[in-house]
Amino acid sequence: MKLHCPFPAASEEHILLAHGGGGRLTQQLIDRVFRPAFANPLQQAEHDGAILPPASAHLAFTTDSYVVHPLVFPGGNIGDLAINGTVNDLAMCGARPLYLSAGFILEEGLLVKTLQVVVSAMSAAARRAGVAVVTGDTKVVERGKADGIFINTAGVGIVEAPSPVSPAAIASGDAVILSGDIGAHGVAILSVREGLEFEGEIASDTAPLWQEVRSLLDAGIELHCLRDLTRGGLATSLNEIAVARGAAIRIREVAIPVRESVQGACEILGLDPLYVANEGRFVAFVPERDVTRALAVLPRGVRIGTVHPDPAGLVLLESRIGATRMLDTLTGEQLPRIC
Amino acid sequence: MCLAVPGKLVEVSEAEDAAMRRGKVDFGGIRREVCMAFVPEAVVGDYVLVHAGFALSIVVDELP
Amino acid sequence: MKFVDEYRDADGARRIAREIDAVTTQPWTIMEVCGGQTHTIVKSGLEELLPRNITLVHGPGCPVCVTPAALIDRAVEISLDPGVIFASFGDMLRVPGSSHSLLQARARGADVRIVYSPLDAVALAREHPERQVVFFAVGFETTAPANAMAVWQARRHGLTNFTILVAHVLVPPAMRAILESEDCRVQAFLAAGHVCAVMGWVEYEPIAARYRVPVVVTGFEPMDILEGIRMAVAQLESGRAEVENQYRRAVQRRGNRHARELIAEIFEVGPREWRGVGAIPESGLRLREPYLEFDAEKRFGAPPSAVPAENECIAGLVLRGLRRPPECLAFGNRCTPDAPLGAPMVSSEGACAAYYLYRRMRVRS
Repeated sequence: MKLHCPFPAASEEHILLAHGGGGRLTQQLIDRVFRPAFANPLQQAEHDGAILPPASAHLAFTTDSYVVHPLVFPGGNIGDLAINGTVNDLAMCGARPLYLSAGFILEEGLLVKTLQVVVSAMSAAARRAGVAVVTGDTKVVERGKADGIFINTAGVGIVEAPSPVSPAAIASGDAVILSGDIGAHGVAILSVREGLEFEGEIASDTAPLWQEVRSLLDAGIELHCLRDLTRGGLATSLNEIAVARGAAIRIREVAIPVRESVQGACEILGLDPLYVANEGRFVAFVPERDVTRALAVLPRGVRIGTVHPDPAGLVLLESRIGATRMLDTLTGEQLPRIC
Repeated sequence: MCLAVPGKLVEVSEAEDAAMRRGKVDFGGIRREVCMAFVPEAVVGDYVLVHAGFALSIVVDELP
Repeated sequence: MKFVDEYRDADGARRIAREIDAVTTQPWTIMEVCGGQTHTIVKSGLEELLPRNITLVHGPGCPVCVTPAALIDRAVEISLDPGVIFASFGDMLRVPGSSHSLLQARARGADVRIVYSPLDAVALAREHPERQVVFFAVGFETTAPANAMAVWQARRHGLTNFTILVAHVLVPPAMRAILESEDCRVQAFLAAGHVCAVMGWVEYEPIAARYRVPVVVTGFEPMDILEGIRMAVAQLESGRAEVENQYRRAVQRRGNRHARELIAEIFEVGPREWRGVGAIPESGLRLREPYLEFDAEKRFGAPPSAVPAENECIAGLVLRGLRRPPECLAFGNRCTPDAPLGAPMVSSEGACAAYYLYRRMRVRS
């Protein structure tokens, strides 16, 4: 969209406090950066809010904030996470993601070009995920009060799973299926953040997961519970579920796929892939009888374990050498180590 | 104390000063620059044990 | 990954475990020295594969655990100086001194940076001539060559803004101290394989002879540790007390000559306080006189003596293998990784943390 009132180029390079003031500069930012990226019929109405069409089933609703640093990393940027993360939270409820809001808190001094890169990634991610960003907001805070960009996205979806998808639906004997290899996102972030340079880049696995969930539903799989793996990795997600359900989850280390390059990076940094963040992987809890069909539908899916009645609330790992131990949830943050 | 990882030496740069000799080591597809000052006899293709950015020894096959 | 995956093989592990079973006729207590080995033992659950009468006790091989609280206090204080960039391995960040950790200092505005190699700290000094870069030189002999090289390169580059805070500790004096203590129950040692990759195993020969203990230089993968145990038990059962090498693929008797030469050029042996254990003579490294300009304690002043912690932490007993973490009354209730009473619960290599993370279930039942 062309600007009819051109400003000198220099003053447009960086985000100013006035961009968040609600006046002309704000409008120009919206017109120049946000509107073109998120163009869709619901958004053009220029109301304070978007009017959504009536729903024919239960709605799912979620929100998440994204404060990742660095903003850009191998495989994507904060914009990809902001769309995919919220899309995936809806997908994990068994809901088709439809509409998102996007709230931005920008730091004074941020390059407009950076914002454009992020918003452009959001636009592409939204298209790929089949969602529309229908409403949003922008504020600007003083230099030093935000890490470049903070993004909040809230999302609405329509539930398509025929039965409730939650830890409560998990039954003893259910199989635990993992949708793919783990550890890529966290290593990608850490490698940039800590300045640990690797060649043979490991890229974040950020991706929308609804299509995979939909194909499981299409195959008639009875999905008891879904959980996308984010911070804290596979170990943390499994622990949350074990506690929520009051059951035990037993998994086998040898079944868990880790790409060799991710393994290499984890070995050097002293990280355990089981605790490393992911952004495009999930676990599904399904009845034993549905395992073969589920694995046929998920291209890189593997069965990693089974639900047992006890010891309740715990996750047990059978190690590579065949001994069993507890797999606890993450305490604090995993830091690279040399010891 | 002792997180040292074996990797394959894929590149080595000669330096006048042995202390500055550097190399590139591959760990399952990830490559990192490593100081080779302590293992001057290592050649490309050797596996070396790397700790804190330094190669400490050559690793040799001993399993049948 | 080559040289890694093949040593984590289940069939191989079970085979060696059967061999251990075949040679064991009486109870034996074996200590693995290195925290990395403790980590593997607990993480892989390999004790489950051992015969009941083999007891593993864990040694003080966690340099993070044994770095004196006073030195950490000094590190925290130096890091809070706005003119300083404080660089450290990630391991040290969470361990509290008498009260605070480097991570907490960072939250208060200190410029604390995690580095993977001491040379990264030297690079920081070159990139920031206007700041003082201080590197926390923690570790056993494995890390000494790297730290020595950092000083060597700093000298070559003529850097005046780079210093190291030295907290190096040595393994053989610690082993002697353990063997000298009255209630020592250790009958054989698995020596730290990577320390020996640098230093060789010559220093352990007089220890094996004097104290009549087998010493087996051992690697870090499950099959390495099982084989090390097998070799130690075989010696114990036949009344031998020698130094043997399990970690044949990476270690030679004289270690790495170039590394040892540089260590001797930059450092000399001196006294060292071990947190939780006390002073062990001749057990640490310090910078030799020609390199004292790179000593952070000299540039910023020596640390104050630490107020000894008045709490139930029995780190000293754990680090000497006299108690196993679950035998501590505070373990798992008053002392957890979230609220640690002492260093072995904070450090990722600490015996207490390893037990807590991997074994809590067994302890509870």
